[in-house]
Amino acid sequence: MEISILTICYLIGSVTFILGLKMLSNPASARKGNLVAATGMTIAIFGTIFLYRYRTSDGATANLTNLPWIFGGLLIGSIVGTLAAKKVKMTAMPEMVSLFNGMGGACAALISFVEFGHIAKHIQEGQPINKGTFLTIFLGLIIGSISFAGSMIAWGKLNGKVKDFSFKGQHIFNLALFAVILALAGFLLLNIDVSNIYLFYVISFLALLYGIFFVLPIGGADMPVVISLLNSFTGVAAACGGFLYGNKVMLTGGILVGAAGTLLTILMCKAMNRSILNVLIGSFGAKSTGAGGDAKAAGNYKEISLSDAATVMAYANKVIIVPGYGLAVAQAQHTCHELEKYLEEKGVEVKYAIHPVAGRMPGHMNVLLAEADVSYDKLLEMEDANDEFKSTDVVLILGANDVVNPAAKNDPASPIYGMPILEVEQAKTVIVNKRSMKPGYAGIENDLFYQPKTSMLFGDAKAALQKLLAEIKGLD
Amino acid sequence: MELIKHLLFSVYFHQEMIYIVILMIFLGIEVIGRVPSVLHTPLMSGANAIHGVVIIGAIIVMGSAESDNYVALILGFLAVILGTLNVVGGFVVTDRMLEMFKKKK
Repeated sequence: MEISILTICYLIGSVTFILGLKMLSNPASARKGNLVAATGMTIAIFGTIFLYRYRTSDGATANLTNLPWIFGGLLIGSIVGTLAAKKVKMTAMPEMVSLFNGMGGACAALISFVEFGHIAKHIQEGQPINKGTFLTIFLGLIIGSISFAGSMIAWGKLNGKVKDFSFKGQHIFNLALFAVILALAGFLLLNIDVSNIYLFYVISFLALLYGIFFVLPIGGADMPVVISLLNSFTGVAAACGGFLYGNKVMLTGGILVGAAGTLLTILMCKAMNRSILNVLIGSFGAKSTGAGGDAKAAGNYKEISLSDAATVMAYANKVIIVPGYGLAVAQAQHTCHELEKYLEEKGVEVKYAIHPVAGRMPGHMNVLLAEADVSYDKLLEMEDANDEFKSTDVVLILGANDVVNPAAKNDPASPIYGMPILEVEQAKTVIVNKRSMKPGYAGIENDLFYQPKTSMLFGDAKAALQKLLAEIKGLD
Repeated sequence: MELIKHLLFSVYFHQEMIYIVILMIFLGIEVIGRVPSVLHTPLMSGANAIHGVVIIGAIIVMGSAESDNYVALILGFLAVILGTLNVVGGFVVTDRMLEMFKKKK
């Protein structure tokens, strides 16, 4: 009886996950979809707590014990999680997702740890062990550890605490490290006995190390891809737990996210014209730090004064704004929207050109502009924007760099060669707002800044926009 | 040979699960395939919360730990906290993101 009700709980859980993901894919139903999935999760969790029966060592079944501990953990996790999620600034969302993802990975790895403890006990007592179980424990451990360590590094990188780091031949080192992990796991799977149990802990250490070295050299445009990939890793790690306990809701949830995350990763790689393997061995980051050194794009750039910029924009017919990470860092989305509204009142057509990988996450710019109430139909996707630049008087670039770098189109030696970009140089005038002439996150010089039709407006995006807005208002 | 026999038996024993895996892979791809790029971040965040279902494994570990197995108790407790962070934090963050999408109407 109890077990049938639990089965129904899990069925509901699985269906809500699928339904939730489906509803999340439509702007009208997205929020409800999230709630649906959350409800299903709650049902599955409480069903497990009260109805799950585990097999004790003497073969009987029993209800779960240690309930105060379980509720204590749930309570602590809920309070901390809610506070963190409520307090985090919109611009720090990508970091937050990476952090939560790491928690899931760590959870999966810890489960493997405890379950291995049981297996180790069996071995010490000379009992036979189930190799299939052992394999899923290994997979959960390795994938979970990589996901945890990688997410922590990604989190540190996005909030600036961890700097890009790479050394010569790092991707060979990474591949070798991964091979060692697989070899050790394979060896242990075949030959485990009392004398080599410690190897399990060596493997978990190496997996953590791999996660760190896997993300460390990757920077800039590749960061969204990495978070998406780690997200799908954790999904697979959760599914390993599903195998381990014969638990179908863990399996469906985990695999769904694993498949979806992988597809999202592939889509993002496509947008940057890069293969997954290329990202995986971290060679993009390594190459770009190498290429960043040759300052071939030396030359003269010109600055534009605020009053000139204001005049050019106020008397334009059409202005397209290209937002980038600089806008997010400066929290300038509201000011940007004000500027847009004011220009529209003056009869200037204003639109936004959104590059798929602008910012630090796919859709980062959309979320940011949505926060400032910018309406959907003002946002142009890359292809549409590229059609419209020809008829545009002024392009205002706000803290975007790599996504408008013409080197991606015409310099085969550039590490971002082949990535589709916003072809802003087709517009009549380009104004670039940046804090300094420093290269972007990928560490590549940008020719665009030295072109005759480009002028630079230095300063923090928010401060610059406020001054620009005041200047435009002063023109009347 | 022994190992292969073990693994083959596992395949037989878990055939239901393997079917689920295969179907879910296709389903996951189908469902995500239609997402407009505007919703990529909330979707990633929502998916992130859903893989927090790993919390169920943590609950099982915690609930089936013998009261004298301190390693299992401590690690299990930690796993429950981390898993809950993933689930609750994930869903709340996603809701916050989507709340802003609704506001524009």
